[in-house]
Amino acid sequence: MSATRRITYREAVREALREALLRDPRVFLMGEDVGRYGGAYACSSGLLAEFGEERIRDTPLSESAFVGAGIGAAIGGMRPIVEVMTINFSLLALDQIVNNAATLRHMSGGQIAVPVVIRMATGAGRQLAAQHSHSLECWYAHVPGIRAVAPATIADARGMLWTALQEPNPVVIFEHATLYSDEGEVPAGGEFAVDIDRAAIRRAGADLSLITYGGSLKKALAAAETLAGERIDCEVIDLRTLRPLDEETLLASVRRTHRALIVDEGWRSGSLAGEIAARIAEQAFFDLDAPVRRVCSAEVPIPYPRHLEEAATPQVDTIVAAARGLMRR
Amino acid sequence: MSIAATFEIEYLQYLDPEGKPVRKDFPEFTRDLDHMVELYKLMVSTRVFDTKSIALQRTGKLGTYASCLGHEAAHVGIGSAMRREDVLAPSYREYGAQLYRGVQPREVYLYWGGDERGNDFQNAPKHDFAWSVPIGTQCLHAAGAALAFKIRGEQRVAVCTIGDGGSSKGDFYGAINIAGAQNLPLVAVIVNNQWAISVPRRIQTGAKTLAQKGLAAGLFAIQVDGNDIIAVRKAMDDALARARSGQGGTVIEAVTYRLGDHTTADDARRYRSEAEVKEAWTRDPVKRLRAWLESKKAWDAKKEEAWKAECEAWMDEEVNAYLKTRAQPVEAMFDYLYAELPADLAQQREQAIALERGH
Repeated sequence: MSATRRITYREAVREALREALLRDPRVFLMGEDVGRYGGAYACSSGLLAEFGEERIRDTPLSESAFVGAGIGAAIGGMRPIVEVMTINFSLLALDQIVNNAATLRHMSGGQIAVPVVIRMATGAGRQLAAQHSHSLECWYAHVPGIRAVAPATIADARGMLWTALQEPNPVVIFEHATLYSDEGEVPAGGEFAVDIDRAAIRRAGADLSLITYGGSLKKALAAAETLAGERIDCEVIDLRTLRPLDEETLLASVRRTHRALIVDEGWRSGSLAGEIAARIAEQAFFDLDAPVRRVCSAEVPIPYPRHLEEAATPQVDTIVAAARGLMRR
Repeated sequence: MSIAATFEIEYLQYLDPEGKPVRKDFPEFTRDLDHMVELYKLMVSTRVFDTKSIALQRTGKLGTYASCLGHEAAHVGIGSAMRREDVLAPSYREYGAQLYRGVQPREVYLYWGGDERGNDFQNAPKHDFAWSVPIGTQCLHAAGAALAFKIRGEQRVAVCTIGDGGSSKGDFYGAINIAGAQNLPLVAVIVNNQWAISVPRRIQTGAKTLAQKGLAAGLFAIQVDGNDIIAVRKAMDDALARARSGQGGTVIEAVTYRLGDHTTADDARRYRSEAEVKEAWTRDPVKRLRAWLESKKAWDAKKEEAWKAECEAWMDEEVNAYLKTRAQPVEAMFDYLYAELPADLAQQREQAIALERGH
């Protein structure tokens, strides 16, 4: 086994940014408060001092403006990494992302590539209230022309950025806001880049496929531990890439376990969980021993008070309860 | 060469940082010293309120809070110029304007404590808008309110406030542009406090002033010393009068300084120098008006002490009322979503209540 070291998710993102800036002169970072402030989640702290204002660019306060400029710079031969402070603010840039980045290759008959990487924090759990706690990843996963990835582990936070930068299409990276201070293992040296095509089985199991991504992965793994004590053996699948979905891994797992529980912090109606459930129903219906279940967020604006925020979002005990229900225990 | 158009931006100031007049033509309202004392008292109580809010946050009794330290002249100047029937569409730190309009400190505490019932104002006009945490969206809502006033032939004005950072947003330009194109009674105040979190004013725009953005939209535009309440109030009075009489909207840039952090979640020492902040304190708006009032024999140290004690007592009362407010039950998160809850959500509501009881 190769050597590893422990770093935080935040450090992993920072190292990945630094590596990209060192390796590729076309790479630059821009967004709100990425320079002096070091990023709202401190992912870029220290980079301004090391790389200077040309490559670590604080921008005017306009998401549409700096995402649009990032798209333009990508078309113009650069490899911009655009940090949108959070997914909530990315709504201001939706026209640029959905109507421009995702369509320009098509609209130009293949003349224009948009190799931009857009990073944003997502999700609830930090008591930031309704307007700062959205989990809208599925909106992006809905859009052809975009690749959407969600690093749920430290190694993926370290490795997905470089892979995303090699992609000739726009990539949106979702970093769940509750992960930044978590610690985990990354390779001690050498190549960090990871594949962003396949989902990962984070825990092998025989009784039930627990399918999730991003900030919900750790909850799903904790639930799987609890359930193991009740002799329910969960397989935990981390989607990693939300578009395109790695159907093969999902379906193979469900065909082994015959039960599927999807954990998705998004709202249930029109969710990614709904899409996954539909694909399982379409392609593995006769392999199922029970109906597919979902644990999603309550369909309300995410509340601010902790007790209500917790009640509104997937938690370990709600996942455990749903799994028990699925096993009819 | 022919010139298509020429413009200039007036800078308005009456009091220098020491509270000494820099011009003679003081506006009429400044003759009413009782009123000027009222304005000063509200600036002081706003500051006492602000200090209390930060203390509450630091002791874990309040969530993230956006301080208004240093903005008192701008905010009270805005609020005091408006009529009750006008609409205020604030961003999230204009407490001085809101307190003037009757918002209670306990309501502000509730809001920043994570309880949206704080936006259900008991004394302030119900038609005033809620705090707008998204940056700049309130400007378009204010333009819409102004449009409604115009359509209904009402002599009311919509006032929105935004920061220097927010003025880079498309929503801001969209709002002032439609106000100019349709001659709407809108007054947009850019409270330029020099810092959008860590991003300084120079990075927001290459324009010399933020006020001149109003010219591009066909509005009146003026820059004022935002730490001089007389200047803010005069510009507001003029702008409101013009808007009320159908002569068009105005962009006012109130130049001030954010003496505190962006919010309690921020630490401004990370990106700006102590020397800069220290220098900004020499332009403190509260000190300035106090010096002027004292020169007019309308205020003194004894009054200052008495009023501060009164403010402390008032805020203690407000804090107690806030802390005594009962937390909302779990079903509250469904209860303000639709006028009537759809069946599928009613089911989720029942499930949430059942889960809560199960614990």
